[in-house]
Amino acid sequence: MSINDQIVADFVKNKIEFITSVPCKQLAGVLNQIDATDSFTHVPCNREDEGIGLCAGATMGGKRSAIIMQNTAIGVTINALVTLTQFYRMPLPMLISYRGEVGEPVACQVEMAVHTKDLLNQLRIPTYHFHHKDDVNELDGILNHCFMSRKPVAILTDATFWKGAE
Amino acid sequence: MIRSDVIKTLVPFISDKLVVTNIGLPSQEMHLIDDQPSNFYMLGTMGLASSIGLGLALAQDKKVLVIDGDGSVLMNFGTFPTIANNPAKNYILLIIDNGSYGSTGDQITYSGKKTNMTEVARACGCENVIECSAEETADVVKAAFESDEMTIIISKCESGNIKVPVIEHDPVMIKERFMKEVAK
Repeated sequence: MSINDQIVADFVKNKIEFITSVPCKQLAGVLNQIDATDSFTHVPCNREDEGIGLCAGATMGGKRSAIIMQNTAIGVTINALVTLTQFYRMPLPMLISYRGEVGEPVACQVEMAVHTKDLLNQLRIPTYHFHHKDDVNELDGILNHCFMSRKPVAILTDATFWKGAE
Repeated sequence: MIRSDVIKTLVPFISDKLVVTNIGLPSQEMHLIDDQPSNFYMLGTMGLASSIGLGLALAQDKKVLVIDGDGSVLMNFGTFPTIANNPAKNYILLIIDNGSYGSTGDQITYSGKKTNMTEVARACGCENVIECSAEETADVVKAAFESDEMTIIISKCESGNIKVPVIEHDPVMIKERFMKEVAK
């Protein structure tokens, strides 16, 4: 099974039905796969904090939700994560493209990469870093952990991980 | 009429409806005038009321009324294209446009200057956008509840605030009781 197939299968297995996203090159394959899967309502957002609002609403509407985004957007999501997702105790899996790691062609991306884990740590968000393609096998357990604990959880997926998907 | 007057005119027919209210005075006024388990009060996160309401409307079938403000929508203008392109016929967005940041001391917003909220909503692709006066608002919202079409309402009202206490409810309690109403 490809990485993209596995991610989508784990989302379905964990009853995620509502997805919002801002695209990233590394996430193009999984986003295509999501659009090809009938069980998801996929509502692309214009900015990631808007997406976190959409997910909070869908969660209260009884649908498990997730956001797919790039790590460069962590900054714009901080207030929404803290005063909405965390304050009201809502689960939110965040599948994050971890740009700026080894294999990155764009120097500017490294500038956010060096802050990504520190920011997530400061926010006390459980964070998992997928580097090898086999790391995808952890996803099912992580999603289950997220909904059990009712917390936002970050899954950072780097270039080496996605290379394994090719 | 100021915002709290508009809210008072809505109460007779929204008490049993799912209502999402914007951070600050809109939530506090709603809480003071008619606290209901079917109200979701935003205690933080300025700008996202319309997004929370849209996610809620897309996830279930009950009608959802969002009471938002012009300052909040200005902070999240990206919401209009998302609303327009993902229409939910059970979604009513009421933007109380008083041209000011009421909760922070009535500083003037750009919608109180040159920016026309109604035209922005239409330019972003929203199809059923109604601009009305504060006095007309209750009738327009009532008609939106009776219709089968997503409705964006821009209610032009005067700037001004009443004295209201802060909301002391625990956020998890607000969410849990709201979700029970959603699931009823």
